[in-house]
Amino acid sequence: MATMQAGSGAPRPRTRLLEDERWLAFFLLMPTLILLGLFIAYPFAKGILLSVTNTRVGVPGDYVGLAIFEKIWNDGIFREAAWNTILYTAVTTVFKLALGLWLALLLNRHFRGKAFIRAFILLPFIIPTVLSTFAWKWMFDPTFSVLNWMLREIGVIDQRINWLGDPDLAMGCIIAVNVWRGVPFFAITLLAGLQTISPELHEAAAIDGANARQRFIHVTWPLLLPVTMVVVLFSVIQTFADFQLVYVLTEGGPANATHLFATYAYQIGVRTGLLSEGAAISLAMFPVLFLVVIFQLLYIRRVETR
Amino acid sequence: MLRVTRRNLLKISGTGVVAAGTGGLAGILATGIAPAYAQQKTVHWLRWNDFVPASDELLRKSLLLEAEKALGIKVNFETVNGNDLQPRITAGIQSGAGPDLIMLFNNHPHLYLASLADLSDVAEAVGKAQGGFYDISKGNCSSGGKWMAMPFGIIGAMLAYRKSWFEEVGYKTFPKTWDEYRDAGKKLKAKGRPIGQTMGHSFGDPPTFSYPYLWSFGGAEVDESGKKVVVNSKAAIDSVKFMVDFWKDAHDEGGLAWDDSSNNRAFLSGTICSTLNGASIYIASTRKPEQYQTEKGGLMKDDILHAPLPAGPAGQFGFHTFQSHVVPSYSKNQDAAKAFLTWLHTDANYEKWFTSQKGFSTGITASWEKHKMWGEDPVMTPYAVAGRLGRIPGYPGPTGPKAAEVLSKYIVTDMYAKAIQGMPAEDAVKWCENELVKVYQT
Repeated sequence: MATMQAGSGAPRPRTRLLEDERWLAFFLLMPTLILLGLFIAYPFAKGILLSVTNTRVGVPGDYVGLAIFEKIWNDGIFREAAWNTILYTAVTTVFKLALGLWLALLLNRHFRGKAFIRAFILLPFIIPTVLSTFAWKWMFDPTFSVLNWMLREIGVIDQRINWLGDPDLAMGCIIAVNVWRGVPFFAITLLAGLQTISPELHEAAAIDGANARQRFIHVTWPLLLPVTMVVVLFSVIQTFADFQLVYVLTEGGPANATHLFATYAYQIGVRTGLLSEGAAISLAMFPVLFLVVIFQLLYIRRVETR
Repeated sequence: MLRVTRRNLLKISGTGVVAAGTGGLAGILATGIAPAYAQQKTVHWLRWNDFVPASDELLRKSLLLEAEKALGIKVNFETVNGNDLQPRITAGIQSGAGPDLIMLFNNHPHLYLASLADLSDVAEAVGKAQGGFYDISKGNCSSGGKWMAMPFGIIGAMLAYRKSWFEEVGYKTFPKTWDEYRDAGKKLKAKGRPIGQTMGHSFGDPPTFSYPYLWSFGGAEVDESGKKVVVNSKAAIDSVKFMVDFWKDAHDEGGLAWDDSSNNRAFLSGTICSTLNGASIYIASTRKPEQYQTEKGGLMKDDILHAPLPAGPAGQFGFHTFQSHVVPSYSKNQDAAKAFLTWLHTDANYEKWFTSQKGFSTGITASWEKHKMWGEDPVMTPYAVAGRLGRIPGYPGPTGPKAAEVLSKYIVTDMYAKAIQGMPAEDAVKWCENELVKVYQT
C-alpha cells in the first residue's frame, strides 16, 4: 500500500461516496433507522405529547402537564390492569421457562422422528395468535365449551365450568393460552443453546462420577444461562405489552378483570376516544420495560466481556 | 418497431378524439375536465355485520347497484363487527382518512361531534317527509340544533322467551314484574333452563338490559340537569342487591363472558329459556325452521314469543339499540355521501331495507309503525313501537358526550357485573359513582 502511494505521489482521492466506510455504514443503517424512526420513535414521541395534553378524538387538547397521569393513577381499573399485567407476565414466564426447558431437554435427545417432532412443536408459535386464540375462545365458550363437554363425559364435572365468566378462571385461561403459545419459542431457543454445549463436557463430568442431575446443575445450566436470560427478557417484554391474546379471548372482561395495560389503553384511547388517557396508560408500561431493557443490555455486555 | 413518444401520443390522441368530438388526452388536458367515467364519485360505506344477513345481501346485490345507476355514485360497502365501529371512526378521524359514511350505535355520534359533517339538511328533509323523528332519534343524532348523524334504524330490545317452558312453571302470560320474572327463572333454572343475559362488554344486549333495569328501580346515573351524579341511591343499591340474587337463582352464569351473539346461540340450541334480544333469534328461527327445533321435535319458531322487560318499583323502561350514519368531516366525498343518504331514505328505497329486516329494526319515524309488514307476523308486532318507548343513556338528563363516554366504558353494566362477581352492592354502586364523577365532573 505504501509502495503504491509512493508510486502515484499523493493518495488517490475517493471519488465514490460509498468507498468511505463511514458513509457506507450510514447508508446500510439508514433503512433500519427510518423504520425505527417511523414505527417506534415517532409513535413514542407522539404518545408522550398526547399524554401531557387533554386530547380527545377530533379535539386537539391543551397542555395539562402530568394531570392525566394523576388521573389514571387514581383509576381503579388502571391499577387492576397494572396488577394483572405483572401477574400475567410473572406467571406465564415461569411456566414458559420451566416447560420450555423441559421440552428442550427432551428434544435434545436422539429418537425416531426427531426432525418432525421439532417442527411440529413450533406450531402454536407459528399460527397467527388471533387464529389460535379464536380456537381457544371456542374451547372456553360459556355454553358450548368442548372442554366442559369432555370433562362432563369422563365424569369429572356435573356443571359447566364458567371459564371466561369468572374473573380468576378467566385470568387462568389467558395465562394458559399464553403459556401454550410461548413454550415453543422457549423450547426451540433453549434447544439451540443446548446444542452448543460440547458433549465432551458431559462425558468428562460423567467420568468424574457426576449423575444426570449433577451434570445438569453443574454443566448444562451454567452454560445455558446466557441464552436463557436473553430468552426470558425478550419474553417478558413481549408478554408485558401483550394485546391480541387478551383482546380476542376476554376483551379485558369480565368487568375489566383481565385487562392488561395494552387492552385497557385500547378501550380508553381507541374505543372511547380519550386519546390522552389511552396514551398515558400505554406509557405507564415504559418505566418497567425500560428497566428490563437496561438489565438485558448490561447482562449481555457482561457476558460479552467475560 | 414503432416508437411512440409522449408528444406523438398527445397529438394522435388529440386528433382522433377531437374528431370524435369527445375530447381525448389532449382535449382533457386542454379543458382540465376529467371524462365522465373518471368523475364517478365513490363512497366508502362502513356498517356492522348485520344480525339479519339478508339485509347486507340486499345492499350488496341489489340496492347499491340501483344507487350507482340512479346517482352515478359507486358505494364500496364494508362490514365489520359492531364492536369495531368505534375504533374505526377514531382511527379515521385521527388520521384524516377513512370511510366516508360510518354507522354508529346509540349516542356515540356525540363523542365525535367536532369531527362530523352537518347532516341537518338531509335529516330535516327526511324527517319532514316522514312525519317527524322520534325523540330518541333527535337525542342520539342531534346536538344544539345540528344533526351530526342521520338516524337509520332502531333495533327493538325485547325478551325472547320459550312460551311452553314458561307455561310449564305456571306463567301463562309473561311475568310482569322483576319479582315474577325471578320466580319463573328460578323454577326454570332448576329444570336446567336458566335465563340467559349478556353482561359483558358488547354494544347491544348488556347496556340495553342494565340501563332500563336501573331505571325501573328508580336509579339513574345523573339527575335531570345531566350534571349531578345521583347513582349512589337506595334505589340503585336495591337494584344491585336484587340482581345478585336474581343472577344466582335464575341466570346462566356464563353470561358474564357473553357477547351479543352468545345468547342467540344459547337460545337457539335450547339451553336458555329467555333472553333480552333484538328479534334476531326469532328471525333466524323463521328463516331456517327445520334447523331449530324444540326438544319435543316441534319448530322452535312456534314456541318463541316476545315481551318487554318487566317492571320494577319505579315502572317499566326500555333502551333500544339505535343505528345512525355519520359523515366524518375528513371525507372528500361528503356531498356524494349525503346524496346517497338522501336517496337511501326515500320511502321506496328505505322500505326495501326495512322489510328485509323483518322487524329486527324499526323505522326512525312514527310513519313506519303503520307499515303492513307489522301485520304479517304477530310475534313481531310488539317491536313496531320500540322507537316510541325507548330511553337514551343519560336519562333522565339530556344525552351528550358524557353519557356517551359512560356508555362506551360500560360503567353501568360493570356495576352489576362486579356485584355478581362478589363485590358488596354498596361498594359496586360506590365504584360506579366514582367512575361517573370522573366522567361528568372533569
